[in-house]
Amino acid sequence: MARIIVVTSGKGGVGKTTTSAAIAMGLAKKGHKTAVIDFDVGLRNLDLIMGCERRVVYDFINVINGEASLNQALIRDKNCNLLYILPASQTRDKDALSQEGVGRVLEELSKDFEYIVCDSPAGIEKGANLALYYADDAFIVTNPEISSVRDSDRMLGILSSKSRRAEVNEDPIKEYLLVTRYDSSRVKSGEMLSLEDIQEILSLELLGIIPESKSVLTASNQGTPVILDEKSEAGQAYADVVARYLGEKKPHRFIDGKKGFLRKFFGGRS
Amino acid sequence: MSIDPQRTPNTLPILEFKSSSTLFVPILILYSNDLHNVEQSLYEKINQAPDFFRNSPLVFDVQELNKRAQDLDITVLASLLRRIGLFPIGIRGGSEQQNKQAEELFIAIDAIRSSDSSSVPAETPKPAVIIPDASPTSAAVKPTAIPLPAAIPTTIISHPIRSGQRIYAKGDLIILSQVSAGAEIMAEGNIHVYNTLRGRALAGVQGNKDARIFCFDLQAELISIAGDYKTSEDLDKSLRKKPVQIYLQDRALIIKDIA
Ligand SMILES: Nc1ncnc2c1ncn2[C@@H]1O[C@H](COP(=O)(O)OP(=O)(O)OP(=O)(O)O)[C@@H](O)[C@H]1O
Ligand SMILES: [Mg+2]
Repeated sequence: MARIIVVTSGKGGVGKTTTSAAIAMGLAKKGHKTAVIDFDVGLRNLDLIMGCERRVVYDFINVINGEASLNQALIRDKNCNLLYILPASQTRDKDALSQEGVGRVLEELSKDFEYIVCDSPAGIEKGANLALYYADDAFIVTNPEISSVRDSDRMLGILSSKSRRAEVNEDPIKEYLLVTRYDSSRVKSGEMLSLEDIQEILSLELLGIIPESKSVLTASNQGTPVILDEKSEAGQAYADVVARYLGEKKPHRFIDGKKGFLRKFFGGRS
Repeated sequence: MSIDPQRTPNTLPILEFKSSSTLFVPILILYSNDLHNVEQSLYEKINQAPDFFRNSPLVFDVQELNKRAQDLDITVLASLLRRIGLFPIGIRGGSEQQNKQAEELFIAIDAIRSSDSSSVPAETPKPAVIIPDASPTSAAVKPTAIPLPAAIPTTIISHPIRSGQRIYAKGDLIILSQVSAGAEIMAEGNIHVYNTLRGRALAGVQGNKDARIFCFDLQAELISIAGDYKTSEDLDKSLRKKPVQIYLQDRALIIKDIA
């Protein structure tokens, strides 16, 4: 049985797709067969960041509608042969997704994969609700600003009440907080919320901090997930996130902006 | 949410708001068919909590009127409600004639059953029901005294109440985790929040003026007891991060440090 991870936020443009691509690649690189699904129907995006946009023949909706088999639609990643991408359709809208259809596809994928990463669209409507419905784990992507934190809080409420696990009274979805686009100088100047503020408002444990970094844009222009850029801070931070998710102990870093710096924070070692 | 019934000089309320568990819309219960008075009372209510009512959908209940054979023209009522910025979406307890009028106005008929209002929503964990000494009453023993009302169970919630979530408890409500900004907790009895209260908390929502709110850290958007309320603007910041209790004294909300 695969573990289903939803990457979600409520607010748009906070880094869900960047995160989905990075952690899917990270898990696959660690030897786990992983599929990453683009739920943002109508706004195809994940395939660009994964650099497979020119190899898309069939998409998620085709599979749901029975117009293509899963094997026909899954695209194997060019950098890692344990990673597969299920792209979204650009020509349909979100109504083409159905709960039953999504459930069928996830069940079939579950037989063959260890992790399934669901890249959620923004908002709290159908697409986002379906992306999280079957999840076992949720990565809540938040930027250090109040509107983003508020939306994440809202999303956490939906996770705990409108998911399959909530409906059938199973253990709740496990929630992981990821603060992305973290800019230490803007936090210091008070323009952005501090980690303490975010954690206090959300009362969630922090899985990782991804610093604001030019390497993210460079990586997405090249169509390679930023986690493969081992020299970049964002890449290293995502690698830490994957390691922590898999149970390794890693102190948080990139909190105050200096390179190669470790700091005692949230149980970290100095 | 029940802001206490407005009283006319002869103490009969003109109208009352209740909450519904199946639909997150207020229910307007009408006790008077004098639309002039109704309009007046509605304005007063709305001015108390304009954010709550602005563009709010609403179900109205004319059962009490029909019991007393007071007729009311639904078309006129609906246009009155719309004029003051409410969106009537349902009617309850209407006569055949009234339901027909409602239908023509695309207003749903009996979308919320009476039994639904103010019951505990499904997502709330079931409170542990304490059965008070259930000795079987044999047919031979006739109860001589008025039976005590059954104990209303306390609702205990240990998970955070997030933005957008609403909790309604028929008795007391105890929350062990935080209540986020944008969340709303309501109880007919007392409310205890053993953590930070950032959302809205309304105790005594059916008019119990003795209800109290207790919390560890008051940063609420709104607090209300039996319809009297304060918004965050009126809250004294010096009480932050201190355990407080909130109660009603001569129609004034008192917030007191209990440390
Ligand atoms: N750590 C980062 N540093 C710098 N830029 C970033 C970072 N993370 C994301 N971005 C940039 O932010 C923008 C939005 O990122 P992304 O597409 O991943 O967000 P999203 O949450 O998926 O958006 P949407 O809600 O539209 O799906 C992109 O331009 C991306 O390059
Ligand atoms: Mg995206």
